[in-house]
Amino acid sequence: MTLMLKGGRVVDPTRGHDDVADVRLDGERIVEVGPDLADQAGDEVVDCAGLWVLPGLVDLHTHLREPGFEDAEDIATGSAAAAAGGYTAVAPMANTLPVCDTAAVAELVERRGRDVGLVDVRPVGAITVGLAGQRLAEMGELYDSHARVDFFSDDGIPVTDTLIMRRALQYAARFDAVVANHSQDMDLTEDAQMNEGRMSAVLGLPGWPHEAEEVMIARDLLLAAGLGARLHVPHVSTAGSVELIRLAKQRGVRVTAEVTPHHLHLDDTVVATYDPVYKVNPPVRTRDDVLALRAALADGTIDAVATDHAPHPHEQKDQEWDHAPCGMLGLETALAVVVTDLVEPGDLPLLDAVAAFTTRPAGVRDMGGHGGPIAPDAPANLVVVDPDARWTVDGRALHSRAHNTPFHGETLTSRPVHTLLRGRFTLRDGVVADPKVPA
Amino acid sequence: MKATRLISIDDLDAEDLALVLDTAEVMDEISARRIKKVPTLRGRTVCNLFLEDSTRTRLSFDIAAKRLSADVMNFSAKGSSVSKGESFKDTALTLDAMGVDTVVVRSGSSGAPLQLSQYLDVPILNAGDGWHQHPTQALLDLYTMRSHFGHLAGLTVTICGDIIHSRVARSEIEALTLAGATVRLVAPDTLLPTDLSAWTDGGNVEVITDLDDALGDSDVLYLLRVQRERMHRAFFPSTREYHRLYGMDARRLAALPDHAIVMHPGPMNRGVEITPDVADSPRALITDQVNNGIAVRMACLYLLIAGSEVDA
Repeated sequence: MTLMLKGGRVVDPTRGHDDVADVRLDGERIVEVGPDLADQAGDEVVDCAGLWVLPGLVDLHTHLREPGFEDAEDIATGSAAAAAGGYTAVAPMANTLPVCDTAAVAELVERRGRDVGLVDVRPVGAITVGLAGQRLAEMGELYDSHARVDFFSDDGIPVTDTLIMRRALQYAARFDAVVANHSQDMDLTEDAQMNEGRMSAVLGLPGWPHEAEEVMIARDLLLAAGLGARLHVPHVSTAGSVELIRLAKQRGVRVTAEVTPHHLHLDDTVVATYDPVYKVNPPVRTRDDVLALRAALADGTIDAVATDHAPHPHEQKDQEWDHAPCGMLGLETALAVVVTDLVEPGDLPLLDAVAAFTTRPAGVRDMGGHGGPIAPDAPANLVVVDPDARWTVDGRALHSRAHNTPFHGETLTSRPVHTLLRGRFTLRDGVVADPKVPA
Repeated sequence: MKATRLISIDDLDAEDLALVLDTAEVMDEISARRIKKVPTLRGRTVCNLFLEDSTRTRLSFDIAAKRLSADVMNFSAKGSSVSKGESFKDTALTLDAMGVDTVVVRSGSSGAPLQLSQYLDVPILNAGDGWHQHPTQALLDLYTMRSHFGHLAGLTVTICGDIIHSRVARSEIEALTLAGATVRLVAPDTLLPTDLSAWTDGGNVEVITDLDDALGDSDVLYLLRVQRERMHRAFFPSTREYHRLYGMDARRLAALPDHAIVMHPGPMNRGVEITPDVADSPRALITDQVNNGIAVRMACLYLLIAGSEVDA
């Protein structure tokens, strides 16, 4: 049984291809790509005229909350959100309960992802045991496990001890694994609640200076440079961080970086509502920072858009600002935010935007063959997007168990119509497929 | 009054501000009577929701509401809404279900009154939230200044002390500029927000490094409380040095113009930001401030609860 995606605009950053073409799938693989392919008997034809056909999106930074925090999200609901957002591979962070610092937990998460079958789940391993910043997690065992963990992060907890961070980079180098450190100087952010600046002065919230991010990035860049190790900088949020990474890349440091859709879209004026839906770590910054991040994504200083999809139950978010946890949903709105903010106004070519969601994150670590190409013999991981869909985000209508999207009520352009994971529809006509094995 | 809530000085325009102060004069007159009570808010319920310790402000609101014959319900708890076992929304819905006519809220969390207002249709009166705002404090201070000088426009008010941690300072700066006064801020840089542009852009607020440079032409010297614990996080080296650089003493009092007054929102740290001889001098209007607080809070309660029903 073959499937024909007919007449879509096929955007494949791996080949620099951006043109109308047909894509024929057979089972799990793409078998033919080209203009005006002849219909074959038995082809199921999906009309993609006016739609974009892209490699399935790849997220380097996701929170699926399972095991341990299933009141916020689990692998089934998070996978559904991912499929609805056009993702075919996601990387859940290690801050679960128990922490993903052993092969057993990584394999559990990976297998549960496979059972659900809506998105490939590529776990991130902890850098240190229990995210405590003291002893290294057994990276070798994690790497050799069925989950093939080659990316390590203590997520929202920075490795503050410089020696431990250096050793982590050294040790991970043996597997050519990537270490991603949360860039936050904890001394500079004592009690911090929002970006430090004009808004924090007025709102009376303790400031979170941009330097708190930059001093940590600078330290880690120096360590990585000295060792030739691979460093990944998660959720870059300041113009100064962009400059540090740009300089390091010019000097040949093996660094990659990601930015979230919310840091590309929101600035700290939204905090005037004191609505904790806007509370996130790192905090949303100034408009100048937003513009610097957009420019950095466009010029490649920042490699990838990553969601930092962070579900929280409503009762946790519905508190005073200073008591509410940090984090926002992202999987179902990420592509639309970037299309609306950057592609539609002409600030970022579609091909580059797609690369930031596919080939570039897939190049940061092993994402299991995701991120393109759209070419014969490649696995059929694809998303078909309606570029003209105008939709208003409704937090309650998203697939995540939690509703904490900062984009609630905003009207965005573009939305995935179909998502295909190895040839199987995980999203079809805007409807997410049922999990293969229910919870 | 046009304002339907008093969460921040931002909720008022210049006209509303003048109306509050004018109304407070009437309330002051009531407070001077032998029977200090009028039936204006009879049958109305004021809820004092105090989520942070407070004695002075709560008592002041309590007396203000009682002088207007309102029923007063006190709801005190410490910490966050959730830490007391109920979500923020549920707290609001509970108050709503009890049919209160206004909620006076004090919280250690900046923004809590605004959040509460999302769930409640009744007027919210902010009695201090985190470092954010303490609007009735600023209004009673302006009332005190206006009573003393007869006007506010053109006054130069120097605010000295811990600006960054002060909800009083934020309300004071905004209220004074709204009234046409000039504001000077004096503090160690560690106790000032790093970006003051929101205030200084308007042109009526400036920062002066040396307190002695600000004394000669100040009409009001407004001192803020400095918590001793701050020195443990390196905001300043010692209370001794703080006092030397930023403390108000007899020498500095003498350097003020003869007509100038000294104010402090209390509670005072005698010997740190102010010496006892200054605090007790006739030029310090600190007890006037406390006294005026009742009239100003009566005015705010009256205008917010009944103000929409009567021609002001």
